[in-house]
Amino acid sequence: MSVAGKPVSERVLRTAFYSRTSEANLLNKWHSWRGYTTADAYYDASIEYFACRNATGVFDLCPMTKYRITGPDALAYLDRLVTRDMTRIKPGRVAYAVWCNDAGKVIDDGTIFHLSQGEYRLCAYGRHLAWLLAATLGFDVSVEEETDEIAALAVQGPTSCAILKDMGLDGIENLKPFGLTHFDHGQLMVSRTGFTGDLGYELWVERRFAENLWDRLFEAGRLRGIRAMGGDALDMARIEAGFLQAEVDFLPADQVVRPGRARSPYELGLGWLVDLEKANFNGRRALAREKAEGSSVWQMVKLVIEGNKPADASYIYAGTRKQVGFVTSAMWSPVAKQNIALATVKAPYGNNESNLHAEIYYQRELHWSRVMARCEVVDKPFWDPPRRRATPPADY
Amino acid sequence: MQARRIIVIGAGHNGLTCAAYLARGGYDVVVVEASDHVGGAADTREFADGFRVSGCAHYVYQLNQQVVQELGLQQHGLEYSARDLSTIALSPGEQRVTIGPGGLSGPVTERDRSGHQEFTRLTERFAGLLSRYLNQAPPRLANGTRKDRLTLARLGWDIRRLGRDDMRELLRVGAINIYDVLNEFFDSDLVKGAISLDAVLGTHMGPRSPNSVLTYLYRLAGNGVPRPGALALPRGGMGGIAAALERAARAAGVEIRSGTAVGRITVSHDRVSGVELTDGERLEAGLVVSSADPRTTVLSLLGARHCETGFVRRIHNLRCRGNAAKLHLALDGPPDFPGVGAPDLRHRLIFAPDMDYAERAFNPAKYGEYSTEPVMEIALPSMSDPSLAPEGKHVLSAIVQYAPYQLKAGWDDGQKQAFLDVALATLATVAPGIRDQIVAGELLTPADIEARYRISGGHWHHGELSLDQFMFVRPVPGATQYALPVDGLFLCGAGAHPGGGITGTPGRIAAQVIVEGGAA
Ligand SMILES: Cc1cc2nc3c(=O)[nH]c(=O)nc-3n(C[C@H](O)[C@H](O)[C@H](O)COP(=O)(O)OP(=O)(O)OC[C@H]3O[C@@H](n4cnc5c(N)ncnc54)[C@H](O)[C@@H]3O)c2cc1C
Repeated sequence: MSVAGKPVSERVLRTAFYSRTSEANLLNKWHSWRGYTTADAYYDASIEYFACRNATGVFDLCPMTKYRITGPDALAYLDRLVTRDMTRIKPGRVAYAVWCNDAGKVIDDGTIFHLSQGEYRLCAYGRHLAWLLAATLGFDVSVEEETDEIAALAVQGPTSCAILKDMGLDGIENLKPFGLTHFDHGQLMVSRTGFTGDLGYELWVERRFAENLWDRLFEAGRLRGIRAMGGDALDMARIEAGFLQAEVDFLPADQVVRPGRARSPYELGLGWLVDLEKANFNGRRALAREKAEGSSVWQMVKLVIEGNKPADASYIYAGTRKQVGFVTSAMWSPVAKQNIALATVKAPYGNNESNLHAEIYYQRELHWSRVMARCEVVDKPFWDPPRRRATPPADY
Repeated sequence: MQARRIIVIGAGHNGLTCAAYLARGGYDVVVVEASDHVGGAADTREFADGFRVSGCAHYVYQLNQQVVQELGLQQHGLEYSARDLSTIALSPGEQRVTIGPGGLSGPVTERDRSGHQEFTRLTERFAGLLSRYLNQAPPRLANGTRKDRLTLARLGWDIRRLGRDDMRELLRVGAINIYDVLNEFFDSDLVKGAISLDAVLGTHMGPRSPNSVLTYLYRLAGNGVPRPGALALPRGGMGGIAAALERAARAAGVEIRSGTAVGRITVSHDRVSGVELTDGERLEAGLVVSSADPRTTVLSLLGARHCETGFVRRIHNLRCRGNAAKLHLALDGPPDFPGVGAPDLRHRLIFAPDMDYAERAFNPAKYGEYSTEPVMEIALPSMSDPSLAPEGKHVLSAIVQYAPYQLKAGWDDGQKQAFLDVALATLATVAPGIRDQIVAGELLTPADIEARYRISGGHWHHGELSLDQFMFVRPVPGATQYALPVDGLFLCGAGAHPGGGITGTPGRIAAQVIVEGGAA
């Protein structure tokens, strides 16, 4: 490929908010998210993180891959695609879902927005058009990628509802978690969704309305501590919420090469998303077998780890000798005031009877030390404030 | 639910075979056939007043003799009007070579004669090895049982037992093509052309296509009588085989309902519950066995909803576009093929004067065009079975290749007429006077065959017979042991292992798998 006669290896895409995010990005720290320039951090990842926990953080969600799914069989199509029962997701509702290959291994997770009767948007971290199109065989449905056409912002944190109200979104306080609604004559869609495990919303507009939306939002939020938030801060928030990140906590089944590296929903702790009673869906037969035989090999666990040294990439032991797994995401959680991690362990060891330990290596002035830290397996997210679910949320 | 009841979709020769075995295995079997008569692509049709011809398949050379014996087809009326026929290779001039039970005759070299002996020895040996594996369920490669592993081990052992030289030769020729192999054995263009046609009939391959040795061996691996690949004509046309099978099936207690098509296979709780006919009637059953091709079965009758995306994609991508057209002519007298004596007209006539001609005939098919100089396999069945035509008159039945199913220009009347003209012009090069003898005729393109016989793509084998769709992976991974992903649903037609042709083998093995599995 070449631009104006000069060969280029990769064209970096700019999100619809680039004019604003580039101005805000004092650190000039970026990474590429599926080709889109995305901020790691704008001024300081921990300040941005605290904005989203104590005020409002705004994350540029444009690179999130979006598919528009329409047609007479859209519902049947999605119900066959994902493991949960989509017939229960009425218009105006959003569902978190995973989809599997034939063998019942997770390809990705994402959110499905039931925009209006028979019209859906599926959002995912990765790209899946080939699979989504293959899944259309035999269904009267159309799947179109609309990643670049739709701009989106995640507006997350305790003051987010108040800011949106100030922006003129009347009645936004009545929107329930996983609900969606429209404003500005349908030009702006707002869903009460997010990746922070806190009170928060996501705003969706056509690309041409993007900059105007940003400006209105930041104007409205000026006095309520609104701040742009980069990928580093979001990652901290999602670990606290116990949310899995594709390509970090699990590998999409269509990307793994070695046998046994893909994961079933059960192995990812997402069994609650699997409805074996509904009509047939991709992976159902394999998952029914896995469940009946109890043949899950892995288990995803949330760990609270003794001490304060983050357990990044640590091995996990049952006792202190038998290696049974590894950490995929870890951090010291400022809000929970705990050393936390998401880890993959062999199925029988994902409990407190196994006396799990993390082998943590850490550096002090170049010198490495190692500690075997006790881990406690917990069920609940590390951070799960009541305001996440309260409708209407309290006015901060 | 009637658990011991099985519905077989389609009364093609495999559907009938399977039904008969299942009924003998103690099941209560109903066969539902869309057409008003049985046989599927093994039928006889009257295409002009008093002129009858095999509608699709016309020669028998692979029929499974276990089926014949176990079902007592002879007692049920199976007869041949001719057996162990020779093949006469025609050239545009008057040169003819006969490839017969006794070897070659005609203008051939010493190398041709000795080459033919060695070629026959070798291919029959390899085909013999293959035939054993074509006559049982293919072993599973992954997640197999002990039996699967034993079968695989035995396959390895059998290949080893060929001895060093033949084993090397098998591994070598298996990987090349019939064109190169025949050049190693023969000088005569006519001989090479004719034999190469046997390797590519019914496929999307030319003599130079890889895999064309396998298709040749497949042809020999059936139970030709008295020798591999020996050609026979059933009395009354191919419908004679279907009629014998029908009687055998009925005698075993099978109920046959023809003239009613299955609209869909019904499923409840991931298990088949029966079928719904196109007129809305529902038939309940514990098991459904389909002899319709895999695509029709999965995509049209079952529905993608009941299968996984990966599986549906494999079925969708199954290569099953036919290239063989069928020409039927009613002649007002015996035709004259110069160089072929009148008594020899009962033999099989091949027009593929050399391998390059055959390869060139294939070329256009790659691009969605028909051959303007096609290859032909010609039968004059009324020469040995006068019942097929009014007295003194004759029928000609020919396979004309290549006529790709997906013709770029579309098979409209104009294109069909044009291809018919091509076929007749080609025929006239070996039988110059024949045009004036034609009193009626018809040409069936693969599109017509699809419509008439409900075979996707009008494909001879219900799906190309190539390594990627053969044995362990036929028709596609996930359906290789006759069972489809939905419980209680099976395949038993040409699309399943081992493949197409008039064999009865897929129907027989499918029934064995079902009966042994004790399904339902
Ligand atoms: C042009 C041509 C020439 C050939 N020549 C030869 C030859 O000379 N020698 C040879 O050995 N082989 C030949 N073959 C191959 C051979 O004819 C086939 O492989 C074989 O007949 C397949 O048999 P089957 O029973 O598996 O399927 P089919 O014969 O296709 O039978 C399937 C049956 O299912 C029925 N069916 C389908 N859908 C439905 C439905 N929804 N409801 C109810 N019924 C349904 C169909 O009507 C049909 O009767 C030829 C094939 C072609 C196309």
